[in-house]
Amino acid sequence: MVPEPVPRVAAPPPTAADDPRDRGGRAQPLLIVENLRKHFPIHGGVLGRKNASIKAVDDVSFAVLKGETMGVVGESGCGKSTLARILMGLVPQDQGAIVFDGELVGGERGLSLRELRRNMQIVFQDNDSSLNPRLPVVDSIAYGPRVHGMGRAEARTLARDLLRRVGLDPALFAFRYPHELSGGQKQRVNVARALALNPRLVILDEAVSALDKSIEAQVLNLLRQLKQTLNLTYVFISHDLNVVRCVSDRMLVMYLGQVVELGPTDEIYREPKHPYTQALLESRLAVDPRQRVEAAPLAGDPPNPVDPPSGCRFRTRCPFAEEVCAEKRPALGEASSHVAHIVACHMADPQSGHSRTAPSPQRAAAALVG
Amino acid sequence: MSDTTLPLPRLAAAEEAPRRTRARGYWRTVGRRLRRDHVTLFFVAVIAIIVLAAIFAPLIAPFDPSTTSIANRLKPIGYKGLFILGTDELGRDVLSRLIYGGRISLLMGLLPVGLATCIGGFLGLIAGFAGGWVNTLIMRIMDVFYAFPSVLLAVAISGTMGGGIGVSLVALTLVFIPPLCRVSEAATTQIRSRDFVDAARASGASSLSIVLYHVLRNVLTPVLVYASSLISVAILLAAGLSFLGLGVEPPTADWGLMLSTLRQSIYVQPVICALPGAAIFICSLSFNLVSDGLRQAMDIKA
Repeated sequence: MVPEPVPRVAAPPPTAADDPRDRGGRAQPLLIVENLRKHFPIHGGVLGRKNASIKAVDDVSFAVLKGETMGVVGESGCGKSTLARILMGLVPQDQGAIVFDGELVGGERGLSLRELRRNMQIVFQDNDSSLNPRLPVVDSIAYGPRVHGMGRAEARTLARDLLRRVGLDPALFAFRYPHELSGGQKQRVNVARALALNPRLVILDEAVSALDKSIEAQVLNLLRQLKQTLNLTYVFISHDLNVVRCVSDRMLVMYLGQVVELGPTDEIYREPKHPYTQALLESRLAVDPRQRVEAAPLAGDPPNPVDPPSGCRFRTRCPFAEEVCAEKRPALGEASSHVAHIVACHMADPQSGHSRTAPSPQRAAAALVG
Repeated sequence: MSDTTLPLPRLAAAEEAPRRTRARGYWRTVGRRLRRDHVTLFFVAVIAIIVLAAIFAPLIAPFDPSTTSIANRLKPIGYKGLFILGTDELGRDVLSRLIYGGRISLLMGLLPVGLATCIGGFLGLIAGFAGGWVNTLIMRIMDVFYAFPSVLLAVAISGTMGGGIGVSLVALTLVFIPPLCRVSEAATTQIRSRDFVDAARASGASSLSIVLYHVLRNVLTPVLVYASSLISVAILLAAGLSFLGLGVEPPTADWGLMLSTLRQSIYVQPVICALPGAAIFICSLSFNLVSDGLRQAMDIKA
């Protein structure tokens, strides 16, 4: 007789490490990005010679842990979307390494791009442009699996199942064309399409930014629910700080192609260390009219990424800029662990020679608001 | 605007929608829309009559189109109840010649445009999807052809290559490749920048698969609509070439050639002289209007 299995006292919640697809173990970050760099050349003149380059992504390093949501915030044009496209292999990087679950992407013995794309998918911001107007949505979703060798009927069955998962009745929606759907419905289809290859990591590139607030909340709830049931890890790119706070476990702040601050979301919101992060958080609209901010915490546009300022790139807009900021580029502190809160600012580095090394954030914030 | 409560957001799935369990294909929808368009349907019927007449010409035509008769030269319409549309300067039956001439006109209208659609469309697809220097190379070559007016180009090619039906076909095809290539290239370039192409690439698809599955079906509509509008141009150009003596050789019945030879008799039988022109006009107008209807039917979002 087979003995009855002993019921476990407290079953651990399912985590990414229980995933059969897991290779590197629980402690291995799902995605490690090291010194990623992309400079887009600008050609000019009669001969079309390269005479400058846009520093879209410059020395970006971070890690995404299994099962977490990594928020990426920053102004428009700071390189968030380029970062997403590099990660997906849609834009080749100039330099730097991408390691997926312990395996280097590309190279001879590493993970192939095709294999990476099976594990990593992306949802774009523009829900309309993301769907083929001449295909019923079921075929848009089924396309990925069919590329990877699944039969037509089987792929369609999978697509219908995915439609159900994203809250769209396949009987109603499977054979509709994109122009017959609303924005929220289209974005649900895009989520389903991204999930069709059963990925482990989904990059959400401003995936909810174009939606109405009520629809945005629905889609965010859907994403949260899918993350649990499908064991997903998210990289959540957004300019909406409130949404990022709501969904991310950790976040990184980008400015002009560089990471300026990285750490647990709660910690960054409670105690932002970089003057740029402080200004960003200040710029959120307060619900309480008595806390209204009269002056914009950040004035002007970001500098031209073709010719970024020397040293610290934020110094031209930073209220605490000193000589050292122009001379030396502040390093994004050494991360003691993957959950450390690190910042690229001379004020956080006692050895930098900045007169305000490690000021209290309250003081800094007060000074910013003026 | 004080205390209005927001209505609860409806779930997407709960929205009213026609139940559809089978793909209502794009072409099926286009067909349904065409059937509602009576003007287009009428001209489709006109074209059908011309096509059928051309196919069954030996059965329909009352006379042989090249049998001459010295006694019956330039007779008026309905002469003796036999020559329904009269006779030409060599005594040949004009109706029979018009019916047979339709064969040449349709051939010259459809074949060069069809060939040019395939070649130009393909070149444009490559140029648009590959971009970069491939695009520059293909499109600059097309621009060279653009430098000449199409009539002049067709005349020049036919003239240097010696005339005749085959040469006219080649000349017209060459004339139509550049504009079709340009339309195809523009559509492809526009589609290539859409996110769904990136999404397809992100799911691991090869460029060939993306072009065949995603791009082609989007490019096909504008190219086909444009090509259909060129049929009438091709018919006119072919007639023009024949009129100038660069197209069809004389004994063959052809509308352009008939117009050219009957021209001398315009003071004797003005109505008969105008008949080949009317045939060209009706045929080309029909193709033009059908093309217009097609464009409207294919514009599904409207």
